[in-house]
Amino acid sequence: MPQILVEALAKTYRVAERAPGLAGALRGLVRRRWREVHALAGVSFSLEAGELLAFIGPNGAGKSTTVKILSGILRPTRGRVEVGGLIPYEDRIRHVARIGVVFGQRSQLWWDLPVLDGFDLLADIYRVEPARYHRRRDELVAMLRLEPLLDQPVRQLSLGQRMRAEFVAALLHDPAILFLDEPTIGLDAPSKLAVRAFVRRLNREQGVTVLLTTHDMHDVEALAERVIVIGQGRVLTDGPFESLRAGILAERRLYIDFAGPAPAFEMPGVTVRARTERSLELAFDPARIPTPQLIAAIATEHAVQDIHVDEPAIEEVITRFYALHDAHEA
Amino acid sequence: MNALALYGRYVATSLRAQAQYPAATLMLTAGHCAATAIEILGVFALFDRFGPVGGWSFGEVALFYALVNIAFSIADLLGRGFDVFGTDFVRTGAFDRVLLRPRAAALQLAGYEVRLSRLGRLLQAFAVLILASHLVPIDWDIATAVIAAWAVAGGVALFVGLLILQATLAFWTVESLEIVNVLTYGGVQAAQYPLNIYAAWFRHLLTFGVPLACVAYYPVLAILKRPDPLGAPDWFLPLAPLAGFVFLAVSFLAWRIGMARYASTGS
Amino acid sequence: MHWARPYLAAFRARFQLMLQYRVAALAGFATQCWWGAIRIMVFAAFYGTHAAAAPISLADAITYVWLGQALLALLPWVADPEIGHAVRTGGIGYDRLRPLDAYGYWYVRTLGWMLARTMPRAALMALAAMIVLPLAGLGDWAWQPPSGIAAALLFIPAFALMTALSVAVVMLANIIVAASLNERGVNAVLMPLVIVFSGSLLPLNFFPDAVRPFLQVQPLAGLVDIPFRIYFADLQGTAALQGLALQAGWTLVLIALGRLAMDRVMHRLEMQGG
Repeated sequence: MPQILVEALAKTYRVAERAPGLAGALRGLVRRRWREVHALAGVSFSLEAGELLAFIGPNGAGKSTTVKILSGILRPTRGRVEVGGLIPYEDRIRHVARIGVVFGQRSQLWWDLPVLDGFDLLADIYRVEPARYHRRRDELVAMLRLEPLLDQPVRQLSLGQRMRAEFVAALLHDPAILFLDEPTIGLDAPSKLAVRAFVRRLNREQGVTVLLTTHDMHDVEALAERVIVIGQGRVLTDGPFESLRAGILAERRLYIDFAGPAPAFEMPGVTVRARTERSLELAFDPARIPTPQLIAAIATEHAVQDIHVDEPAIEEVITRFYALHDAHEA
Repeated sequence: MNALALYGRYVATSLRAQAQYPAATLMLTAGHCAATAIEILGVFALFDRFGPVGGWSFGEVALFYALVNIAFSIADLLGRGFDVFGTDFVRTGAFDRVLLRPRAAALQLAGYEVRLSRLGRLLQAFAVLILASHLVPIDWDIATAVIAAWAVAGGVALFVGLLILQATLAFWTVESLEIVNVLTYGGVQAAQYPLNIYAAWFRHLLTFGVPLACVAYYPVLAILKRPDPLGAPDWFLPLAPLAGFVFLAVSFLAWRIGMARYASTGS
Repeated sequence: MHWARPYLAAFRARFQLMLQYRVAALAGFATQCWWGAIRIMVFAAFYGTHAAAAPISLADAITYVWLGQALLALLPWVADPEIGHAVRTGGIGYDRLRPLDAYGYWYVRTLGWMLARTMPRAALMALAAMIVLPLAGLGDWAWQPPSGIAAALLFIPAFALMTALSVAVVMLANIIVAASLNERGVNAVLMPLVIVFSGSLLPLNFFPDAVRPFLQVQPLAGLVDIPFRIYFADLQGTAALQGLALQAGWTLVLIALGRLAMDRVMHRLEMQGG
């Protein structure tokens, strides 16, 4: 029995249509037209305890609707959801006591209170035993190096500091599952790295199941073994991150710095993506032209100063994927 | 930690947060005191010009005013979370956060904020109560004091019920919730005059619909030891505030229906 | 009209947006009916005991109440919530980047907000209190048309000035919100001031004689008391013209004050960079 089970999940909203202009506004006062929006149109997947899954997709694809249903806030129009043997929206209070949630855009701390007071209050809300609470809190505070900030009111924290406090707040009751909704949004580079390292540790060392939504592909690259791409309310692909990359964009990039001026270059199956006076960027498919063969061909004919191979940036992979899918839909 | 203890923790937390802005809190308190004092001036102006109305003097009407306002200010003090539910929770999405915590949503909202500034209205209402006691002969013995306290308790239940209904409405629309101000502020306004000056349909509304008369008019008759000029039996007068608690229970039912709706629309 | 284009556009945008709020209009209408009914019943009770003490007839008092309820949303109860929002989100900084007169830009947006909120409610109120009440056989409790052609004609500028004055008052509140970064304080003070001094609670003539001379000349009298008394010809001829002059004078004074204060606040925001 998987820890999270989602079958044929569908969610439909009804939204009011607004006619443009003054006449439309006046007409809207009297009669209103409604339109149905299918936020989710049959999403299925399952997750075993201890997995780390990233949910990615363009804005409006249905990521946050899925997270809301899984966390018990929203009731689906159709379909089945079970988390740890409970139906989240039927048994909200028991369910939410076992999960932790961090929203990158929203705070669960008390703005005017010192960080520590907020933790104390949460321990009361979640009915955590005092001894267990203190142990857990000290452990998390140490992991996230939060001690110097405990006395400060939340409103005085920087965004990065606040996110660290949010993580402690979400984990005080020792949840088995952690939902992260864009946890690194707006953070500076060191804070992003700290968040990723912490989530990885939580997942690997403490076995916490993590479900992450994000737009930051570096989060995905750094954290997720498994990725679900969601688009227009459906699961487009579900699998290991590497196979997603290989399936979409098998291409490799070769960056060459020359000792002299960059030569004109032509070879079947290789395209020149960029050139400067002394460098070239080539794109090629390693299945057609093995990488050593290409490097050898260049190095024997020209004076090369430096050379390295890279994969296309993850953003490029995903953009390509969405484009492919949209073309397919059309 | 049980619900009551947790509520106490919430209250302490809220007070601590407000203590960080003592000047603003004091100013708001003074503002509320002045704002409500102006209402009684309006009532006074009418009595000053016209004299007694429907067999009631200014002093007696001041007693209605005082009890209703004491009840309302306490309810307002306790029910802030429901009052701002539409604007601060549903519209901003903060209600999702409430739902992610393993406690009844109503408890979390009740504990959201205890507004010290509302003590301004409470103070002013007590001042009017003292004034009324000077203007009309009231025998403040144990029995009348108990009736007064019971009336205030019923009134608090009724007004908290109204605030919960206001919050419940936010599950359907967050466009504008001033409609319920009709029942809260408007209710205060309506209940501070004696019932017999109103038309029959309005008297029935205030007795059986939104039972404001049951927490003000009838118990005040009992305090003044006057029979009801409209003919309600004497035994009913001190019992009437019970209606406030019934109203609160009904409001909770509506709240539960609203919660179920929220889960299916997420609006 | 080239210079006016951005201001007209700002007004239209806000006006159309606010018109969308249908439930708000119905809610406002219900509020007005309830308050109106209570006020009228209280008036009727007092008139029933001692009508001779009243400065105006009961029919006029009833019209005063309905008119007041119909135009309730046109009174300066609170600072424009959009300003408070802009202050909290920092969006107020953008207003300094627009090549417009900041006071005028806010003024037209607030005007659009208030007019759009008032229009549907006033229409519903007129339907209910002018047409439905008499049809239901409750003509004694109805909202009467203006007392004569002269009163009707004079009410047009009185209404325009009432609107202009009200927006000028809201503008002062907006500026205080922008300066203090908090709308609660200003709103808590504004509401009781408006309810008493505009004549919204009671026509100003109902207050004790000793305070009336002061009440009649203060700025908020132009919001309710003066225009409504022009409507049922309690103020006519020279008195009506004096009323209009008082409205116009205070409007100009408050706008001048507002512009002055706005310049200083904007200057300070520039200094603080945000």
